[in-house]
Amino acid sequence: MSEKKRDELLHDHNHDGVDRRGFLKCMAWAGTGALCVMQGGVLKSYSLSGMPKQEFQAAGELSFVQISDSHMGFNKPANSDVVGTLKAAVDKINGLATPPEFLLHTGDISHLSKPAEFDTVNQILTSVSAKDVFFVPGEHDVLNDDGRQYLERYARNSKGAGWYSFDKKGVHFIALVNVVNLKAGGLGTLGREQLEWVKQDVKHLKHSTPIVVFAHIPLWTVYPEWGWGTEDSAQALAYLKKFGSVTVLNGHIHQTMQKVEGNVTFHTAASTAFPQPAPGKADSPGPMKVPSEQLKSVLGITDVNYVRGRHALAVVDSTLA
Amino acid sequence: MSAAIVLVMVALGISGLGAEKGNFAASAQAKSQTLEVKIDNFSFGPAELTVPVGATVTWTNRDDIPHTVVHPDKLFKSKVLDTDETFSFTFTSAGSYSYFCSIHPKMTGKVVVK
Repeated sequence: MSEKKRDELLHDHNHDGVDRRGFLKCMAWAGTGALCVMQGGVLKSYSLSGMPKQEFQAAGELSFVQISDSHMGFNKPANSDVVGTLKAAVDKINGLATPPEFLLHTGDISHLSKPAEFDTVNQILTSVSAKDVFFVPGEHDVLNDDGRQYLERYARNSKGAGWYSFDKKGVHFIALVNVVNLKAGGLGTLGREQLEWVKQDVKHLKHSTPIVVFAHIPLWTVYPEWGWGTEDSAQALAYLKKFGSVTVLNGHIHQTMQKVEGNVTFHTAASTAFPQPAPGKADSPGPMKVPSEQLKSVLGITDVNYVRGRHALAVVDSTLA
Repeated sequence: MSAAIVLVMVALGISGLGAEKGNFAASAQAKSQTLEVKIDNFSFGPAELTVPVGATVTWTNRDDIPHTVVHPDKLFKSKVLDTDETFSFTFTSAGSYSYFCSIHPKMTGKVVVK
């Protein structure tokens, strides 16, 4: 394991130990399986492949994993075995040095909202090392019944179309739904009622509380031509402006992407089912076929670690390869 | 030459008849007419389709992802269409009917009924 001295801070504008250039550089490495961790005010990166098994066990106080877009029921050339690749993701999670405390599934659990599809995902996830799984719906999970089945299965104690929040080790998690009541020609949408709820939900939290928001469609505008954005997310983010650390975890686009804007780090996860093309690199955002031996290298999970007192959460993507 | 003129006059006469009544021959033809919209690559093709009153439009999903066909005011609304599934709607009134895919709302189309 080699330390990279060139990542030392050059400009610590926010006095939070995060150098924007270094952070962005680190995020680029994350896509290839790197671990970026804040240690003593310096952002350091380590290649995952070179690491011994018990790395960073003590470093993380809170560890969780994000998976996304399992699309159970999909059965086309891009991946004829979404069961197998979801199981491979579970194996990957179970092989992590630090077992995650829980999972976040950022939606499109099923492909056609069929009961058997949900059942299969639930069954596969019982083998995961994490104790709990928290979900948000994707547009494929709320077909035919305005999301009633999704609510019953995954969000019984939620409000509205399935939004809720919870706390873990001092980190506040906010689950948002931006896939219902979609308007013609539009993007994802949160809606007045949910936005008002967000405002009230965070009203009394200390500014130093780290916030993690998770929702299916990206909360920043990745590529509007393909509907990759949320119309009214700016309002939600405005309610979070006072917080020093906000991490936004999304899915929907079936590829990893990161963006840092002020106090907010945006991150999208890979799918466990099939990849989609990079923005504008194909006619449409549909399933992208790759040679079968490459499939696992374009699917993946996201490991997130939080160390109390540190500012940014360490977000690490790894593929199923 | 005179036969041709007669033919033209007869043709005009028949079409005139159809236009006056605006219904019998034209609507009988429309009722049996099914027009198609293909859904592929996250788009409706053709994006705008003009049909006569009484025509039935059938949407067929040729994409490898499910889509829906939904009118914003729910005048018509398909169930989820997986690959090769179809949805049909008969347009009994003239007008302009925009619709979209409720799963991928950037996909929009229009049926103009004249």
